[in-house]
Amino acid sequence: MNSVHDMGGMQGFGPVLREENEPVFHARWEGRVLAMRRILGAIGKIKPGGFRPLLESLPPAEYLKNSYFENWYSALARQLIQSGIVTPEEIASGKSARRPVQPTITLKPEEAAALPFRVSQGVPKAQSAPRFRIGQRVRARNINPFGHTRLPRYVRGRLGIVEEERGIQPFPDTNVYGRGVNAQHVYSVRFSARELWGDQASPRDALYVDLWDAYLDAA
Amino acid sequence: MADSDKTPVGRRQILKGVAAAAVAASNPPLSHAQDHQHQLVPSDPVLRVKALESILIEKGLVDPAAIDALVDTYEHKVGPRNGARVVARAWTDPAYKQRLLKNGTAAMAELEYSGEQGADIRVVENTRKVHNLIVCTLCSCYPWPVLGLPPVWYKSAPYRSRAVIDPRGVLREFGNILDEAVEVRVWDSTAEERYFVLPERPAGTEHLSEEALAAIVTRDSMIGVAKVLPTQARDGK
Repeated sequence: MNSVHDMGGMQGFGPVLREENEPVFHARWEGRVLAMRRILGAIGKIKPGGFRPLLESLPPAEYLKNSYFENWYSALARQLIQSGIVTPEEIASGKSARRPVQPTITLKPEEAAALPFRVSQGVPKAQSAPRFRIGQRVRARNINPFGHTRLPRYVRGRLGIVEEERGIQPFPDTNVYGRGVNAQHVYSVRFSARELWGDQASPRDALYVDLWDAYLDAA
Repeated sequence: MADSDKTPVGRRQILKGVAAAAVAASNPPLSHAQDHQHQLVPSDPVLRVKALESILIEKGLVDPAAIDALVDTYEHKVGPRNGARVVARAWTDPAYKQRLLKNGTAAMAELEYSGEQGADIRVVENTRKVHNLIVCTLCSCYPWPVLGLPPVWYKSAPYRSRAVIDPRGVLREFGNILDEAVEVRVWDSTAEERYFVLPERPAGTEHLSEEALAAIVTRDSMIGVAKVLPTQARDGK
């Protein structure tokens, strides 16, 4: 989706503002939003992949105005409603409409504390053969899907070179919507800065972007 | 972290149409009309998040003690000191450095750093000729096992927009003026791979122990926005 989350190359946002000795969370609620999302994902109540499309479909002005974790709250609340876990009325009232029919198994504190150290297992099997090899010239496709994609606008239509292989990964454009894992090869593609930004860029500089097979054509 | 539940001024006015919007949120995207129907939720994030947590507790889906425990892990068990130890090891052990550049994930696991947002970590080396910088233009991807959660600026619009089109300008703002002859490589984390910069070891640190070296490695140097300076004190950055 061509929305404001796809920020690469945009101008006018001003300087990068840094904070000295920044805390991990700026308020107690921020950490709780993150932790609730992780726990619900770990017990299979929400699909981790479904989150980013929801973030990206926030109204652009809201996405830009809100803090990072405010947007996370919005996306999480939407995801919980979509997944049928809570109702909009419950979100509004802060009260569960009815008692759970059956007790749910959730994580114990020691299990939750260990979540960040859990390594995801297993590489999906590719559903298509790699179409490109290292050193090959490729052109990023000029696609403008209405939904989630990991092909940033700033490389669309541009020429690059396949630099490294990144293994096999589910294709986000379909996988996040449950419309097929469509696992395929991913490549690190090098684009010269001048190819992307013209003569104002340094002739030496380059961008490396990880792109799925289906985002590329041979050039 | 800040114990306060207070939210910076300016965020309080924000109202969201979370509830109604979610119905149509997946794809195609929402219309604004739908999005602004339900504004019954409190505008204060403290209250909204408390309300959500209460509902999930009532439904038996989360245990507040489990939330506490997980937050504690993010605050105290992962962070850039892990990455600094990886860098110091690479600076003092050439064989380790080779393994790290070849397979970052495996070499970091040797030091017992692994986990979510770190299933595949590619380490890129800064030298006198090449300067690497990492960004996630679409969101906030970052190598959690070795750097912890990203700072706000890394997730902010100015950094995400400019790191790719004006990396040298961004670096200048961080006090890092690069010679024209240096090649700048920007790594945009669009897929599952996470990136980690092995900064250049500063001159004049030959006498330092691995532990002392780890103390001068900053978070920003492992993102690639800064260099490690020999005099830099450990400052948690």
